Amino acid sequence: MSDAVAPAEVHGQAVHHPKLQHHFETMEQQKEASTLGMWVFLLTEVLFFGGLFMAYLLYRVWYFDAFAEASRDLDIQLGTFNTVVLIGSSLTMALGVRAAQTDERKKTVFWLVATIILGLVFLVVKGFEYEHKFAVGHVPGPNFHSDSPYAAQEQIFFSLYFTMTGLHALHMVVGVGLMSVITWMAAKGRFSARYYTPVEMAGLYWHFVDLVWIYLFPLLYLVERHN
Amino acid sequence: MLDKLELPERHYLNNGHGLKSWLLTKDHKRIAIMYLISISAMFMLGGFFAAGVRLELMTPRGDLFLADTYNKFFTMHGIVMVFFFLIPSTPAVLGNFLLPLMIGAKDLAFPRLNLLSLYLFWIGIVFFFYALFSGGIDTGWTFYTPFSAAVSNTNVVPVALGVFIAGFSSILTGLNFIVTIHRMRAPGLTWFRLPLFVWAHYATSLIQVLGTPVIAITIVMLFTERAFGFGIFDPTRGGDPVLFQHLFWFYSHPAVYLMILPAMGVISEVLSTFSRKTIFGYSFVAFSSLAIAVFGFIVWAHHLFVAGISTYSAMVFSFLSFSVAIPSAVKMFNWTATLYKGTISFEAPMLYVYGFFGLFLVGGLTGLFLATLGIDVHVHDTYFVVAHFHYVMVGGAIMGYLGGLHFWWPKITGRMYSEFLSRISAIMVFVGFNLTFFPQFILGYMGMPRRYHAYPDEFQVLNVMSSGGSVVLGIGYLLPVIYFLWSLKHGAVAGPNPWVASGLEWQTASPPPTENFVETPHVHGEPYEYTPHVAREANLV
Ligand SMILES: [Cu+2]
Repeated sequence: MSDAVAPAEVHGQAVHHPKLQHHFETMEQQKEASTLGMWVFLLTEVLFFGGLFMAYLLYRVWYFDAFAEASRDLDIQLGTFNTVVLIGSSLTMALGVRAAQTDERKKTVFWLVATIILGLVFLVVKGFEYEHKFAVGHVPGPNFHSDSPYAAQEQIFFSLYFTMTGLHALHMVVGVGLMSVITWMAAKGRFSARYYTPVEMAGLYWHFVDLVWIYLFPLLYLVERHN
Repeated sequence: MLDKLELPERHYLNNGHGLKSWLLTKDHKRIAIMYLISISAMFMLGGFFAAGVRLELMTPRGDLFLADTYNKFFTMHGIVMVFFFLIPSTPAVLGNFLLPLMIGAKDLAFPRLNLLSLYLFWIGIVFFFYALFSGGIDTGWTFYTPFSAAVSNTNVVPVALGVFIAGFSSILTGLNFIVTIHRMRAPGLTWFRLPLFVWAHYATSLIQVLGTPVIAITIVMLFTERAFGFGIFDPTRGGDPVLFQHLFWFYSHPAVYLMILPAMGVISEVLSTFSRKTIFGYSFVAFSSLAIAVFGFIVWAHHLFVAGISTYSAMVFSFLSFSVAIPSAVKMFNWTATLYKGTISFEAPMLYVYGFFGLFLVGGLTGLFLATLGIDVHVHDTYFVVAHFHYVMVGGAIMGYLGGLHFWWPKITGRMYSEFLSRISAIMVFVGFNLTFFPQFILGYMGMPRRYHAYPDEFQVLNVMSSGGSVVLGIGYLLPVIYFLWSLKHGAVAGPNPWVASGLEWQTASPPPTENFVETPHVHGEPYEYTPHVAREANLV
């Protein structure tokens, strides 16, 4: 059912780039594989967070009053500030990818460093929020403290709050680490207009993590703030 | 086969020596071998726990183990077999080895990721062993809350972490396969020229990628409750333990298809080779794999019929569960039609295929019993259920896996095993399996509940039959270990294509070179180009 073509013929058209791994035929094939792989990975991430969103949905319908009550205890100003910070970091990330595409090394590094800084700002603010929750006894478990009549179910809200934002923060930490490596590689001149896949992939990841927060913010902070 | 065959001078096994050349390899074939060794060891460990269970159940009294010890035995049997053997079995070993060969590629799309998957799997095993040596776990492999979250005082956290980490190994393997099948096919190898093994692995990978993250997050939630005192599933704070069951089965029902689908892929390959015919209804068999993967995601609540879900949703899930029988039956009928007027032979791999047909048929049909609401209320949590899922997961998935291992062993190692012993072992597995598990259908129907270490006297005869059968089954499983190992040194040299099969993997040397093909193959025709007279001329029948 098959015959063979000499490797020379297959490779005839392909220009050998030092970043081309041996098991791919062309740079295009290699890039397509990375891109598809990244999207499939993000799909698994959607389902990973999806389980938590499912639990959130169920309990929010069941215990709406408790959720509204507990949500008012979150710091809306810090939450809004962090939302703006993250949206800003998505912009700097996109500019970084653009700079990598156009082969501007200095610009790439600048925008990537900006992204890292914004990511760290987010994490520090989140840390202060957590600290406050510990101080006032809003961490579910034996030390949980609340005077509202829904104290038991508020614990469900805060369990979800800590699990969801904690997992998101963990993704941010991974993202900052990833971004640091990419920045270092960019500074060393590893990328070019012909090969910038890692920057683009890291960008996809970063945007995804931002997007998760775009959902988390209204779901957790804005349950019933209009009155 | 009159020419004297010799092993190729240079192949993936002798390209580099020493432990380091294995542990740092990026070669999908070597990674597959390391998976093979790992999961074989885990299979024996799982078998050891099963032996303990069957030994205890020889007598009606709980006179061998304490009830607590017995709980740990069946729990660890389940966890080892499901998460550390069945789920990786066919995809991680045969899929890993064969996918690139079957599509004419040099490797999987992400070789380093493939090695990472193996390491994650090993780390998962390490966590499990840590739990094992600090006293085991007794929640059942299903980890149901609130028992696992608040009551059990055994090692839930390390086992849960082990399953979580091994889960990421599974996710990354699936991701790797999907990208490989999309982007690495040889020139001319269109989707409808792909071997059905590849289609089956594509469907499997979809389940790995879409389902596994859900059990991963469920484990995270269980972990937060156990480790930090959070309460997502805690009924005393308004949490819902049934939510845990929903999330758990959203993965764990499709996980059954994750085990059976790659085995079905093996069946298609072996069947067409040993009946010397193209697979009847190729596209139906291909799409039924996808259909099984999709339907598999919308039937999970059939595990919750007696857990307090509404009658209406129970009816819907009952109906949906019936619908999975359709793509499964499509496969069975097409395979049977493939045999019709074929030039059928009885080599060991083919015996496993026949065994698969019989056992999967029984397992699948009893699944319809269980999907029926009235019967499920009667037999829920009895040995009927135990027998049913062993017919599917052991009778189906392991028969396919072993059949595949026998079929491709000459490709993997370049040598033949003893045909006589392998046939004996295939027959022993089939007979021993039925002797072990068929009595359990009757026991369950009579009302013997699962997960108890003692039972009323009238159940003893059938239980002794079951335990006796498990000895036959165990020997049937051990024999291949012996003759496979023997074949490594003393087996006859197989040559590139001992079965005169048609797939791309048979066009290269056995064992294949590290880069799989000396020259990139071009594909022009359909898969399974068999003609019975070619078989006769090759003196195969
Ligand atoms: Cu099921």
